[in-house]
Amino acid sequence: MIRIRCPFCGERDHSEFTYGGDGSIVYPALDAPMEDWVKAVFERENPRGRQLETWHHTSGCRAWLLVERDTMTHEIFSVRLAHEGAGRVIEEGT
Amino acid sequence: MVHRLASGGRIDRAQSLRFTWDGRTMTGHPGDTLASALMAAGEEVMGRSFKYHRPRGIMSAGVEESGAIVTVGAGDRRDPNVRATTQELYEGLTATGQNAWPNVRFDAGAVLSLFSRFFAAGFYYKTFMGLPPFEWGKGTGLWMQYEKLIRRSAGMGTASRAPDPDSYEHAHGFCDVLVVGSGPAGLNAALTAAQAGLDVVLVEQDFELGGDYLNQATEAAEQTRAELVAQLSAAGARVMTRTTAFGLYDYSVAGLLERVTDHLPAPDGALPRQRFWTLRAKRTIVATGAIERTVAFGNNDRPGIMTAAAGQTYLNRYGIMPGDRIIMATNNESAYGPAADLARAGAEVTLLDARAEVSDELKALAKANNILVRPGTAPLNALGKPAIDGLETVTADGTGWRPGEVENGDLILISGGWSPVVHLLSHRGLKPVWDAANACFVPPESDDPIHTAGAAAAIWRGEDCEASGRAAGAAAARALGKSAPEEAAPGPGGWATPIRPLYEVKLPGKKLKSFVDPQNDVGTEDVRLAHREGFVSVEHLKRYTTLGMASDQGKMGNIVGLALMAEALGREIPEVGTTTFRPPYTPISIGALSGRNVGSHFRPLRRTPMHDWNLANGGVMTMAGLWHRPWFFPRAKEGKTEAYIRETTTVREAVGLCDVTSLGKIAVQGPDATTFLNRVYTNPFAKLAVGKARYGIMLRDDGIVMDDGTTWRLSESDYFMTTTTAHAAKVMAWLEELLQTRWSDLKVHVASVSDQWAGAAVAGPKSRAVLEACLEDSSVVSNEACPFMAVIETTLKGGIPCRIARISFSGEMAYEAYVPSDYGPALMDLLWAAAKPLGGCLYGLEALGALRIEKGHVTGAELDGRVTIDDAGLGKMASTKKDYIGNVLRKRPELLRGDRPRLVGIFPKDRAQTFNAGTILCKADAVSGMGEGWITAVTHSPALGHWIGLGYIAGGHEAWQGKTAVAADPVRKGNIEVEIVSPHMYDPSGERMHG
Repeated sequence: MIRIRCPFCGERDHSEFTYGGDGSIVYPALDAPMEDWVKAVFERENPRGRQLETWHHTSGCRAWLLVERDTMTHEIFSVRLAHEGAGRVIEEGT
Repeated sequence: MVHRLASGGRIDRAQSLRFTWDGRTMTGHPGDTLASALMAAGEEVMGRSFKYHRPRGIMSAGVEESGAIVTVGAGDRRDPNVRATTQELYEGLTATGQNAWPNVRFDAGAVLSLFSRFFAAGFYYKTFMGLPPFEWGKGTGLWMQYEKLIRRSAGMGTASRAPDPDSYEHAHGFCDVLVVGSGPAGLNAALTAAQAGLDVVLVEQDFELGGDYLNQATEAAEQTRAELVAQLSAAGARVMTRTTAFGLYDYSVAGLLERVTDHLPAPDGALPRQRFWTLRAKRTIVATGAIERTVAFGNNDRPGIMTAAAGQTYLNRYGIMPGDRIIMATNNESAYGPAADLARAGAEVTLLDARAEVSDELKALAKANNILVRPGTAPLNALGKPAIDGLETVTADGTGWRPGEVENGDLILISGGWSPVVHLLSHRGLKPVWDAANACFVPPESDDPIHTAGAAAAIWRGEDCEASGRAAGAAAARALGKSAPEEAAPGPGGWATPIRPLYEVKLPGKKLKSFVDPQNDVGTEDVRLAHREGFVSVEHLKRYTTLGMASDQGKMGNIVGLALMAEALGREIPEVGTTTFRPPYTPISIGALSGRNVGSHFRPLRRTPMHDWNLANGGVMTMAGLWHRPWFFPRAKEGKTEAYIRETTTVREAVGLCDVTSLGKIAVQGPDATTFLNRVYTNPFAKLAVGKARYGIMLRDDGIVMDDGTTWRLSESDYFMTTTTAHAAKVMAWLEELLQTRWSDLKVHVASVSDQWAGAAVAGPKSRAVLEACLEDSSVVSNEACPFMAVIETTLKGGIPCRIARISFSGEMAYEAYVPSDYGPALMDLLWAAAKPLGGCLYGLEALGALRIEKGHVTGAELDGRVTIDDAGLGKMASTKKDYIGNVLRKRPELLRGDRPRLVGIFPKDRAQTFNAGTILCKADAVSGMGEGWITAVTHSPALGHWIGLGYIAGGHEAWQGKTAVAADPVRKGNIEVEIVSPHMYDPSGERMHG
């Protein structure tokens, strides 16, 4: 039972969230070459250890989160909003 | 003779409880378990073994029980495979023996044990899955027949076939510290943590708190126990008895099973039978104690053989003298206390100690209680049938054994050492480590927020367990920022003279039937056979022999099995390792797992605001995902087929109304909404005018179709998107993901408004007339004001705000009208009052499907997550002038192949025939394998006068012109010849909806 500290809602069970995927991927531009899209969509790492991943607070505030998690121990190192602007406002107040 | 003593124990002799065992009425007392009551009543045989039907009796006094496995309750409350040793006695309890006929005392199946030498590990599979040398019967066909017979003779109890009459609950809790176990360690740990100011939950699987305190005869033990319990309550700890911590999970989350009414004569209707707790603790203290092991020797499974601690428990806790002449066999110090208690209570006790040396302290204790101690002696073979009357022994001979004397006695008590209950740690992936000095696996060091205390940490002496409990409680308190007294935690051990590891006793040349896992009838020879056949890993050993796979999960016998395997391999136990314990620690009922999520509460039910209106107007409902939607509206004696054919015809000829509220609806708003939609949809949205709707397709990143629907432009920056019913939630999450993770520069907000708007489709040539009659200003729906794909915001009669778009799923001139949800029934009232006089009808999902299949419109069955926009025949909607999600990867070469399955229409060649959705489409001369395609949807088409289908087939309909395909449906309709046609089977030019 993973517990995730949502920046809006506080610490909640993972059952409120939906796992998204690898949060480190920068998706290519819509007109980028095929190779870039193949790499982004299909060529994924499957690390044991720390991974940045996206989670959606589906049954909560609906925020998409960037969660840094250890895939073996489930330890969570950091949680922040995926939305850059909103994340900055929450963390830095501007 | 086994008998209840006149005094002593924790039972209430002033009250009697009547219960029945195999149809015979007996009595016990409050405080008894079923096992203690049966023992006091003189019962010896309580079960029959799994394979050989050997008689079995009580082997323990706890959850590790492997012999007294019975069925409790009758009728719809029949609960099989209950451990009699943990079942609390109540007035009117009904228990029966299992795996026996006619009963456990005389079991016809016992004849099987005469052939036991044939029933070695893997016997059934070796014998019945193909008979060498001819190998006839190879394969699964014949095996399936054998298996039915085998299962009947080998088995456990039988569950009730009736629905479970009880209710179960799920509950959630939080605390600072969870303490599992209420023995000397657990009580002290909980008290220390609670007194440090922490919120403590203490769980105990027994119905009384105290653990090993309850097994002691002294008043001092009871006084200590009572004081601890009182102080714990005063310190504000929450105490849960009859509650098992069955699993420990990430983040110190524990699964608890609370047995609420299993001990009550008549279940209280207001209470659940069991409660399944998810408890989130900050730290966990495991004070789960240890389980005494057995030793493998001849006939060690006979009724009248149990653990030494069990003998003490039945005497001290239940006031039963378990035997008059007791032979005890031990390899460690722990049996001396029970021996002394039993001797003091009047039994004649002989104590065989496998160790050559016994400490002076123990010698003195034995002497003072008239216990005859035989050092260097071990049990070889139990004698007597059915009742025990003696024991063949062996005496030490160097490192081996030689035949010894025969001891006479009516009860054999065994102590083969102790196994700490490390299960909860194992659940967390913490591998226990072998402690050679104490001959047991002990908890490892770890960084987890878990402390171990007492016998669970291989601490054997009572006062050391108390100290280790206090130390664990204090450590947990300090870890949570509270101050607590410092106290050194005792280490493992505590015996003056060491244990002599002893797992099996045998003599060369003497054949013995020695059991390792009695419940599954796994013997020492089975372990050795598995080794000879190459199963050298403990995990393979377990699966091949079924060692440790019974309901006790190897609590008593696993270590013995590991030791035998280690011996066979010539290795040490830690090199062989142990199997991983997984939750649950003890069995939990399926009912507790499902809780209240049963029957109609199995999953959420969604109803539209028009639900009652639909029912009042004769609608028959069906499930569509979580939604309850109208299926058809039968008139007179119509069945489903007659009704939907009439409804379809009425829509084509006049007008029909259909509740379409379940469609997903999303408000897409903001200055960049147009840019956003233009990236999400494959077709252009940049130039969609205000007051217009457009049908759109959206793809996934990988170029596969995700969903379709219409999106309405209400203003410059305000769109109303509709999705399919099935994908509403997925599309919403997808839009949020794009906006929040990829395009956070776009000023767009999306909100689900599915529940805010109720909608109805008005379809058919007379649809405009119906709307005109319902609107305050009927001119707004004229062909000029509201042409095909127009959107208007207007008011219905009575001032009801309404959004209308002229869009068509049926292929007729049609509109979708949405009103705020509360006006849903009012919308239907207005529309129906107008449509009825025009010869209109209400239609449901079945007619909706027929209409769209005739038109070749796709829905969830066609957009199944495998098809491209070209496969679905919608390639012309993929813009070449802009970029959108999926436009790169949809052009992967494999996805552009011309022979991919394409959407087609399907006619039966003989128009009188029909076929099923899900059928495989094959070439006429190659009806096998995966075929060339498949059928997604089938309906009778009133417009065409025969059955039609939609589906996919390689190359699409152009590739099949003039060719016959076969709809192959071997287990239902058989093979039917079909024609492949264009998916646009009715009004292909679309004149009707534009008209």
